Amino acid sequence: MSGALPLAIETIGLTKSFGGEKAVDAISLSVPRGSVFGFLGPNGCGKTTTIRMLLGLAEATEGDILVLGQKIPDDLEQTLPRVGALVEGPAFYPYLSGRDNLIRMDSADKTADPRTRRERVQVALERVGLTNAASKKAGAYSLGMKQRLGLANALLRPRELLILDEPTNGLDPQGTREVRNLVRSLAAEGITIFLSSHLLLEIEQLCTHVAVMSAGSIVAQGSLAELQSRGETRLILEVDQVDASIEVLTKHGVAPIIVKGNTLTASVPPTIDVGLLNEVLVNEKIRVSEIRLERPNLEEYFVELTGEGFEVVR
Amino acid sequence: MFTRRRTWAMLAAIALIPILLALAVALSSDRLAPGEGPPFLDRVTQNGLFTGFTAMLLAMPLFLPLTISVVSGDTIAGEAGQGTLRYLLIAPVSRLRLLIVKYLGTIAFTIAGTFILMVAGALIGAILFPIGPVTLLSGDVIGVPEALGRMALVALYTTVSMTGMLAIGLFISTLTTIPVGAMTGVLVTSGVSQILDNLPQFSWLHEFLFTHYWLDFADILRQPIELSSFGSNALLQLGYVAVFGALAYGRFTTKDILS
Repeated sequence: MSGALPLAIETIGLTKSFGGEKAVDAISLSVPRGSVFGFLGPNGCGKTTTIRMLLGLAEATEGDILVLGQKIPDDLEQTLPRVGALVEGPAFYPYLSGRDNLIRMDSADKTADPRTRRERVQVALERVGLTNAASKKAGAYSLGMKQRLGLANALLRPRELLILDEPTNGLDPQGTREVRNLVRSLAAEGITIFLSSHLLLEIEQLCTHVAVMSAGSIVAQGSLAELQSRGETRLILEVDQVDASIEVLTKHGVAPIIVKGNTLTASVPPTIDVGLLNEVLVNEKIRVSEIRLERPNLEEYFVELTGEGFEVVR
Repeated sequence: MFTRRRTWAMLAAIALIPILLALAVALSSDRLAPGEGPPFLDRVTQNGLFTGFTAMLLAMPLFLPLTISVVSGDTIAGEAGQGTLRYLLIAPVSRLRLLIVKYLGTIAFTIAGTFILMVAGALIGAILFPIGPVTLLSGDVIGVPEALGRMALVALYTTVSMTGMLAIGLFISTLTTIPVGAMTGVLVTSGVSQILDNLPQFSWLHEFLFTHYWLDFADILRQPIELSSFGSNALLQLGYVAVFGALAYGRFTTKDILS
């Protein structure tokens, strides 16, 4: 981790105990400014509890929190207007329309300018594609619409940091794609995004940085590329002359090689030049009917870290 | 709160009390003997302005506390139950400010409820019965405008009488995320307090019960207005507000919001 980068979120030894049990156990997060930070972990591993502490909703048992350079919970009131958040699903007044809900939430923030309120609400509604349903009562919204309204609520003001807890929960594939595009466009504006998810694919598609949480602890943290490179890259070949191929490959540092019929498999460094290997083999008059690199995916690494299956750990 | 249909339904129900009372009195042919039924009831037919006072006497022990416990128990627990509490707090709203705003909201509801009851009483009384100068409990007679003024004072007196219970409600509401539980809790405290107030064995305790002066608004119907009960009542209510306000503050500002 590069310590020189300004951090949007930093926690040091953050711990939360409920009774005797540590829901969050001494985690140290470093979320660089401008990153899309994936906070990955199976359900029940302590992600939401961590987010609650970041937002001052729950008090840390131990440890320090800095959000946008400010101490939490001491400087909560100066910090929160710069932070938009979606915590453990959206929540609204069912008897108010979508628009009135946003107006109410914005009015609650006494640092928000009432003169621009209507306009900001309208822009936020447009941004999440809810303009047509804005006058409908929030109680009649589908889960996906509520999720969008929750995002609109996080976007009521220009924010420096967005904390999004499972933002695509309950959305259909179309909605999921829209939310991902929204996250990308927000990130492109320079907003730091802290996104929790139990969906690997989501993290892989969106994030520049990842922390993996399991049973209350951070088991891995770094840039996406860094984490991906920790997995195993495999070279897979199908050739007509197995022995000759093994000889050539071994000469080029590819070893050990697993042979299965005409298929050869080997663990290789991720930087290996496949084109060059192919050329060498062909020069030796070996027919290569298939040659490919299998890049490590985060999923294998994730499972390795958190255990097989997305079971609730405890 | 006043954007909710529930609030208006409860206020409408409060307005129904004097209306039902006046209709019942108007439709029954037999004259009540003085002293029969609730206090003042026999006077309603002679002077419609008494409808409001009588309705207040009827509503005070149960119905008014019931509607008030709904509003009061809902303050924090309702927001917590539907999850909006966490979004209010990260908006951000300071926890102290939220408590104060919520408490003032419950007082606004109580003022609305007591005034609506008195206004509905005066209107239905004026429609169904003759209206004229009012003979007070002290025997003095006051004109209609002054009687209306006394009605406003009764509404304010009962609002003050409720501030203690509202503070208890606010505190109970910080203890749970289930609004119905909080509402019931508030109502139970008012019931227990009234029962204790009726047991002579607890007479030493009576003057400290927040329901003790609830029916003493009748003192406003004397000439001159008898203010001693109001003074003790206001002081008592202030005590409850201070104690339970502090408890609510202590509880709410240190609570982890996990709903």
